[in-house]
Parts: sequence; C-alpha cells; structure tokens
Amino acid sequence: MTLLAVERIKLFSTRSPWWCAVAALVLTTGFTALVVGNADEEFPATVASTQFGYSFGLAVIMVLAALAVTTEYRFGTIRTTFQAIPNRTAALLAKTTVVALLSLVIGEIVAFASWGLSLLLQPQADLALNSTADWINVAGVGPVYAFAAVMAVAVGILVRHSAGAISLLLIYNLAVESLVSLIPNIGDDIYEWMPFNVANKFLTGAGASNAGRAAEAGAPMSTSPLSPGWALAYFAGVALVLLGIAIASARRRDA
Amino acid sequence: MPYLWPPPVITGTIGGVIEAAGLTKRYGSTLAVDDLSFHVEPGRVTGFLGPNGAGKSTTMRMILGLDNPTAGDVRIKGQHYRDLNRPLRTVGALLEAAWRHPGRSARNHLRWIARSNEIPQRRVDEVLELVGLTSVAKKKAGGFSLGMLQRLGIASALLGDPEVLLFDEPVNGLDPEGIHWIRQLMQALAAEGRTVFVSSHLLSEMSQTAQDLVVIGRGKLIYQGTTEDFIDRATHQSVRVRSPQLAELREALTRQGAQVDEDDGTLTVSGMDSDAIGELAFATGATLHELSPRRGSLEEAFMQLTGEAVEYHAGDHGAAPETT
Ligand SMILES: Nc1ncnc2c1ncn2[C@@H]1O[C@H](COP(=O)(O)OP(=O)(O)OP(=O)(O)O)[C@@H](O)[C@H]1O
Ligand SMILES: [Mg+2]
Repeated sequence: MTLLAVERIKLFSTRSPWWCAVAALVLTTGFTALVVGNADEEFPATVASTQFGYSFGLAVIMVLAALAVTTEYRFGTIRTTFQAIPNRTAALLAKTTVVALLSLVIGEIVAFASWGLSLLLQPQADLALNSTADWINVAGVGPVYAFAAVMAVAVGILVRHSAGAISLLLIYNLAVESLVSLIPNIGDDIYEWMPFNVANKFLTGAGASNAGRAAEAGAPMSTSPLSPGWALAYFAGVALVLLGIAIASARRRDA
Repeated sequence: MPYLWPPPVITGTIGGVIEAAGLTKRYGSTLAVDDLSFHVEPGRVTGFLGPNGAGKSTTMRMILGLDNPTAGDVRIKGQHYRDLNRPLRTVGALLEAAWRHPGRSARNHLRWIARSNEIPQRRVDEVLELVGLTSVAKKKAGGFSLGMLQRLGIASALLGDPEVLLFDEPVNGLDPEGIHWIRQLMQALAAEGRTVFVSSHLLSEMSQTAQDLVVIGRGKLIYQGTTEDFIDRATHQSVRVRSPQLAELREALTRQGAQVDEDDGTLTVSGMDSDAIGELAFATGATLHELSPRRGSLEEAFMQLTGEAVEYHAGDHGAAPETT
C-alpha cells in the first residue's frame, strides 16, 4: 500500500495525467459525436457505434502510461525511486498498478461518456444496454485501456526514452497490426493473434452489440477465433509477459 | 619527472561504516573504477577527492546499489544497500541536484520520497525549513536555480535523519554563502556522530571541510588517511633564508644534506625544516634576517600526485570529461 501511495503522489503531482484524461475524453467523445450524430436509417446508431472511437483514447492512454516511466528516466527520478525502494520489482509493479488503475477509470469515463452522449444525440435509437455483449462493449473499454497501459509501461521501461517509446507504441498501434495481414499466405493467421485485434474481439465479440447495422457499415470486426473472455485473458497475458520482461531487464541494468 | 608516491597504507579501524573492497566498474571499454578499496569512518567528514572522470560518481552510484559493480563489493554497516530496510533512514544521498520532475513542487517531491520510507510528512516541512526552501515549497522545481536545487537535494538526503550521508560535489553552483553553509552543515552532521562522505575535485575545498580523505585517480586509490597527513606529504616544504653570512650558511646546510638554491641573496632550502635550519645557523654563528617556511600550492601538489592517474589532460584530444 505504501508503494501504491508513493506512485499515486508522483502521478498526481504533475499535470500530464489530467491533460491526457481530458485529451482521451475529448477525442473519443468527439469522434462518437460525429459517428452517432450522423446516423440515419441506413447507418443506425447502435451500442457498438457509440464506442467506435475508443482507439483514439487508447492511443492517448498509452502515451500517458509510457510517459509515466520515461519522464522518470529523463529527469533522473527513477534513480531516486530505486534509492528509496531498492526492490525494483516492487517499485515498478506499484507504478504499473497505479497507471493501470488510472487508465481503467479513464476508460470507463470515456466509454460511458460516449454512450451517454449518444443517448442525447439519438434519443429514439435502441442504445439500451440489455445484453452481456452490450455491456462488455461499453464497460470493457476500461480493462482494455488498463492492460494497454501495462504494455506501454513495459515498453517505457525497456526503451527509457519518451520519443522512442511513444513512436514505437503509436506506430505499432496505428500501422503494424493491420499491415501484418498484408503478408501473403500467413499474414491473416498471424493477424488473428495480434494483441489489439484480440482486444477488439473482447469488446465486440461476434457483433451482437452492433445488431441492426450492416456489418460493412461498422468498424472492421475482429478476426480473432477466441471467445470474448479468452480474448481479454490473452490480451492481459501479452501485457503481463511484456511487463515481466521489462522488469527483469530493469533489475539487471544499471539504473 | 613524475612524483613517486609511496603505496597507500590503509590505517584506522578495519570495518568502517562504508566499506569498499576491490570495487570495480567497467562501462564497455572504460574502466571507471579499478579495484578500489577504502573505508569511511563515523563522526568525521571524509572527502572523496579525484580529478574529473576519476570515478567518484560511479563509486557513489555503486554504494547506493544503482549501478552494479563489475567486480568487488561495497557495504554499508556490513550490509549491501539493497538489503537495507527503509534505506533512506540509514543512508541519505545527494548525487545529482537535477534529479527532480520539473513540473512537481519541491514539497511534493519530498512528500513522495518521505512516503516511500514511511517518514512522517511533518519531516518534509522540517527539512524544507532546514535548507531554507520553505517560501518556495509549493513552487515547481523546474524553475529552481542550481543553488536551490542543491538545497532541495540536501533536503531529500536529510529526510530520513540518516546516520550515513553521501554528497556528490554538493558545492557545485553555490555562491560563497551557500558553500559556507554546506561546510558548516557537513561538519555539524559529522559532529553528531554521523558518517559524512563528500566528493570534490578541489583539494582546497576539501582541505577546509574534511578530516579524512580518500583520493582516487583513474578509478584507482591513491591515498586514504587524514587530510593533514595528505597535505603534509603532498606539499614540498621549502624554507626561505636570508643572512649576511650566506656563503657559510649555505655550505653548512649542504653538508647536512639539504638542497639549497641561491637566488639574489636569498637561499631556498628544501629537505630540512625551519627549526633545524635555525639551530644550524646558531651553531654556525650566522645571523638570520629571514627564516620563512613556504608551502607549494595545494592544487599544484594535488595535480602532481594525481598526475599519473589523471584521465584527461588538457589538450588530450580536446575532449572535455562528461559529468555524470
Ligand atoms: N553510465 C556510464 N556509461 C559509460 N561510461 C560512464 C558512465 N558513467 C561514467 N562513465 C565513465 O566512467 C568514468 C568515471 O566517471 P565518473 O562520473 O564516475 O567520474 P567523476 O569522478 O564523478 O567525475 P566528475 O568530477 O567529472 O564528476 C568516466 O570516464 C566516465 O566517462
Ligand atoms: Mg561526478
């Protein structure tokens, strides 16, 4: 608990988490407003369509999480941290936990804000959360943000430089996964197991939350063969393995 | 002709509060610290002296468990730093004043450090008061001058009321008043029985602060012992002598094995102290008009001693040492 309090003080005594939370909220709800606000009979608003913008917030969250680590390297406070807490595993786990919890909260706020905004924009549309798929599609954004934050913290620990870590994360997030499917023959098989594609499977499942809207008028469906539950477990597993590698490396390295 | 220094003799209690044994650190092809053994005693200020790039900061990082030694070992009160429980309550350190988040206030900077070692929050205000930063406690550390940052670093070192204190070049960037303040502080801390280990590349600075010295050059130990001893052995003493019976006196001195240079009616004698010269003059019946001991400059002597061990010579590839 002490270590969590330490990381909480650190995180909230700088401005960046607030800016990132606001940026995530504005970008995501802004996109949602465009999608849902322009819905009509051909493209009706659905629960899924209220969350099409979640990846904007996801990118911001990953930047926030990576910066939480890389600024410590940049300003030398990581050394003060390890001096105060020589058990580097404990120190880094505490930091990851606090950043992941903040991301979870931001994710829930962003998701329900997008959904609530959609209710206001399209009062006559069927946006009620009346199935598990509907609930997962909205409330699941928080856990996805949280584990994405864990990945970004891990990358931040490994790379240590803000610019390097952020470009790596954003390029991966925006381009690498979708480009993989362009590899002939094996591309699609690999793509099925790419973590953000799998995370999307957790959120959208088989498309039930998007019922009533033509599939081609929605965001591309995930090609992952996993069930939503296993998809989240897989995404979390990838994040934790990355974190394990990062912490092992931070333990060995000179601070 | 390099000055030949006798091999260091390690005296004093075996088992100092800080104890380094065969400490070695290699970064790629740079041997930053080379088989370094020394000990630091409580109740005294021990200076850690060496020219730029000698390996002082690297040694300090190894003491704190931040960098892993390539070989050898350093312990604090018999324990490795990483095995200390709530280490800030035992060891306080100021390595680099710039280690703070520029967007965080001085007070919040100290708050998280205090919290990590379960140090009561009121101690934060105490140390801020102690270093004179109370009025800027809520200001962002990004706007602090170097002197204020040094004070903030010292505040964080003192947070846990530790019995061991490490300071890496703490007077860097301080004005004369600040330098005076730090000297007093270190001496007061040592007088309370604490162990104070402070690095510098200036012998003149250390000669006013430290009772003991650990001197290194190119990562190797050059000297460990009292400051007084170091300065005595480091400075060639010579004596200026004027006398109406210059020729007789000169002959007598030379006969006794002293080295004598004559210049414009004045003798410069080395290898014999002023007492002995005075007695010899009396025995010779020479009248003395002047008998004044001269010391070489400290910095000159230090450079001579570390000369062989200095990593960077002026003009050597023109590369300035990087301070870490
Ligand atoms: N992290 C590092 N990576 C590579 N080389 C390093 C590293 N840290 C120090 N060095 C090298 O090790 C040597 C000793 O450096 P160190 O900073 O310990 O010296 P110093 O005695 O503190 O010098 P100064 O008086 O300039 O602060 C130098 O040659 C330096 O370039
Ligand atoms: Mg240094």
